[in-house]
Amino acid sequence: NTATTKEHREKEYVGFATLPNQVHRKSVKKGFDFTLMVAGESGLGKSTLVNSLFLTDLHKDRKLLNAEERISQTVEITKHTVDIEEKGVKLKLTIVDTPGFGDAVNNTECWRPITDYIDQQFEQYFRDESGLNRKNIQDNRVHCCLYFIPPFGHGLRPVDIEFMKALQDKVNVVPLISKADCLMPSEIKKLKERLREEIDKYGIKIYQFPDCDSDEDEEFKQQDRELKESTPFAVIGSNTVVEARGQRVRGRLYPWGIVEVENQSHCDFVKLRTMLIRTHMHDLKDITCDCHYENYRAQCIQTMTSKMNADKRVESPIPILPLSTPDVETEKLIKMKDEELRRMQQMLQKMQQQMHEQDL
Amino acid sequence: MAATDVDIFSNEEKRNLSLGGHVGFDSLPDQLVSKSVTQGFCFNILCVGETGIGKSTLMNTLFNTMFENEEASHYQNGVYLRPRTYDLQESNVHLKLTIVDTVGFGDQINKEDSYKPIVDYIDTQFENYLQEELKIKRSLFNYHDTRIHICLYFIAPTGHSLKSLDLVTMKKLDSKVNIIPIIAKADTISKSELHKFKIKIMSELVSNGVQIYQFPTDDEAVTEINASMNAHLPFAVVGSVEEVKVGNKTVRARQYPWGVVQVENESHCDFVKLREMLIRVNMEDLREQTHARHYELYRRCKLEEMGFKDTDPDSQPFSLQETYEAKRKEFLGDLQRKEEEMRQMFVNKVKETEAELKEKERELHDKFEQLKRMHQEEKRKVEEKRRDLEEEMNAFNRRKVAAETLSLSQPLKKDKDKKN
Repeated sequence: NTATTKEHREKEYVGFATLPNQVHRKSVKKGFDFTLMVAGESGLGKSTLVNSLFLTDLHKDRKLLNAEERISQTVEITKHTVDIEEKGVKLKLTIVDTPGFGDAVNNTECWRPITDYIDQQFEQYFRDESGLNRKNIQDNRVHCCLYFIPPFGHGLRPVDIEFMKALQDKVNVVPLISKADCLMPSEIKKLKERLREEIDKYGIKIYQFPDCDSDEDEEFKQQDRELKESTPFAVIGSNTVVEARGQRVRGRLYPWGIVEVENQSHCDFVKLRTMLIRTHMHDLKDITCDCHYENYRAQCIQTMTSKMNADKRVESPIPILPLSTPDVETEKLIKMKDEELRRMQQMLQKMQQQMHEQDL
Repeated sequence: MAATDVDIFSNEEKRNLSLGGHVGFDSLPDQLVSKSVTQGFCFNILCVGETGIGKSTLMNTLFNTMFENEEASHYQNGVYLRPRTYDLQESNVHLKLTIVDTVGFGDQINKEDSYKPIVDYIDTQFENYLQEELKIKRSLFNYHDTRIHICLYFIAPTGHSLKSLDLVTMKKLDSKVNIIPIIAKADTISKSELHKFKIKIMSELVSNGVQIYQFPTDDEAVTEINASMNAHLPFAVVGSVEEVKVGNKTVRARQYPWGVVQVENESHCDFVKLREMLIRVNMEDLREQTHARHYELYRRCKLEEMGFKDTDPDSQPFSLQETYEAKRKEFLGDLQRKEEEMRQMFVNKVKETEAELKEKERELHDKFEQLKRMHQEEKRKVEEKRRDLEEEMNAFNRRKVAAETLSLSQPLKKDKDKKN
């Protein structure tokens, strides 16, 4: 009897429940890529944090500028790409660094090279996507920008506000409180509240975590809630391993104690790592593709068509579909104009005939 | 005194005499001290650093009191200096302490002019003192000295080096005020990083020629301690007014989940060193340096600007009186010349305007004449036309009369014919 029910079930079973597995297999084979940008003033621990996040040393020999050299420094964009692998899953990680941001004495529009870089990547992708051979498109678009806010102040400074506003529509901005080991727990709480208030007040659009599905289990929902309530994350990074409570952990050694980077009661590093890598990496990529890139593309096309209408000689570098079909009103107008043209043509013909006859 | 008398005295040798007994002038320092204690002391601190770096907290910690102050905002569109004066007393010593805060420093996007308000403030205090000194009736002994004796420059604990703004600002201030650089919020730097950071900062200051205050090593009582402290610059400080129980004591500290940073623990930070140096050992020297070096430099520059010199072209010493008189004459001469110039200008202008007015008058007169002629011409024409019209009317009337008489005689003729 069990054999027949099993056969029966097998007959009913179609098999597309294996799709997730297929997707998983294919994606592992294809590998992933992720581009992370870090921005903030010098000395806030950006490189250290990136090293801590990805457990590698990305900045082996970098040259730090003197104060004198930085007086009129311009912002550079540097890229480091590494291939890392974990349990068979390959990740091509690109870190985009912005040395010089906010370091000069006059920092007017210091975010311009950064927004230009992001736009360039979008433009590159736009061209590739619209080209004829689309087999090997390289996606260099920036998926996430970690913005480091110094913990020494009382909240957002003018340069922070201007930077985030300039980038909010181009990339997912995740603000972080850097070097959080200089703040006591009560001070961290106050600063986070102040930052959330100011971000709201100035209408800055930072990356919002998507709400989890209602059919997730309670533990996951609780985790998700905690994550959302502790933004902006207060992080600490470290390049060194120390001995604490009998274990070897990444941390910072002080005369008065040891700060453990991965201790949740010390800082939000674990939360950041979870969010950035373990749960929301793909969501960041999706929002970049579906939202920021699409905005850029639509804007680009609009400016191109308006330019073309103004100057007929401009060739479109990419194929553009015809505009949407005209509505009833315009169709009527077009018909009327056609009629008029036809009538005038007839009149012209008649006149020509008359002249011809007269000549004869 | 005649010039010759002075010469006699200066040529005499100075002789050291030994005393036969106790005279008592060894109490002079004590007399000086008791006088200055009754007078009270005055000390002015300038705190330069970005908003939120811990300037107010450090002042509270240093002087063990809560100076009232509100949190500053990041959105000032310029740098403002906010001086506040307090009267403190310890034992029987009165201290008039002025703390000057730089509000808005480091917050603007373009910080090229950030140093200017600070330099202007320091210069203004010097200027005020100079004015008082130059007065005829002056009261320097009870003048409230507002000149800045010490500038504490707060460096952010980035761990790399100075910021560009720090370098630029300190270069502008080093010739005007005693600077002590300190590393603020030092509980975010580990020991090894701190060592490297201090070395980097000092080397940057030296290579850019920034002169910071050196604790004096010429007084044997304090040479040793000062020399060792000089090697610990810049001081890495932590400030706190909250008290935490450590062991069986309550100390000022900051409590973290990973430990407690004690402000007065020398292995945690350099706060104690700063307090020693700033208040307990060198406060008087700071005041002296401000007066003898920075103020004198300012005064000399200012007076040279005004044209004063110590010696005239013949290398004879000038007295201030003579220079003053000469300057006054010059000034009055200038004034008179300017007056003449202005008068001349006025006269010229008046002449010009008169000429213009005459020109205009003539034009108007011409126009009037022309219009008058035109009017007469018109009138004549109208007269002619009128006469013509009258003639025509007369002619018409005559013809009418003639016609009438003719028509009257005609019907009689007809009647006559008919009758016949």
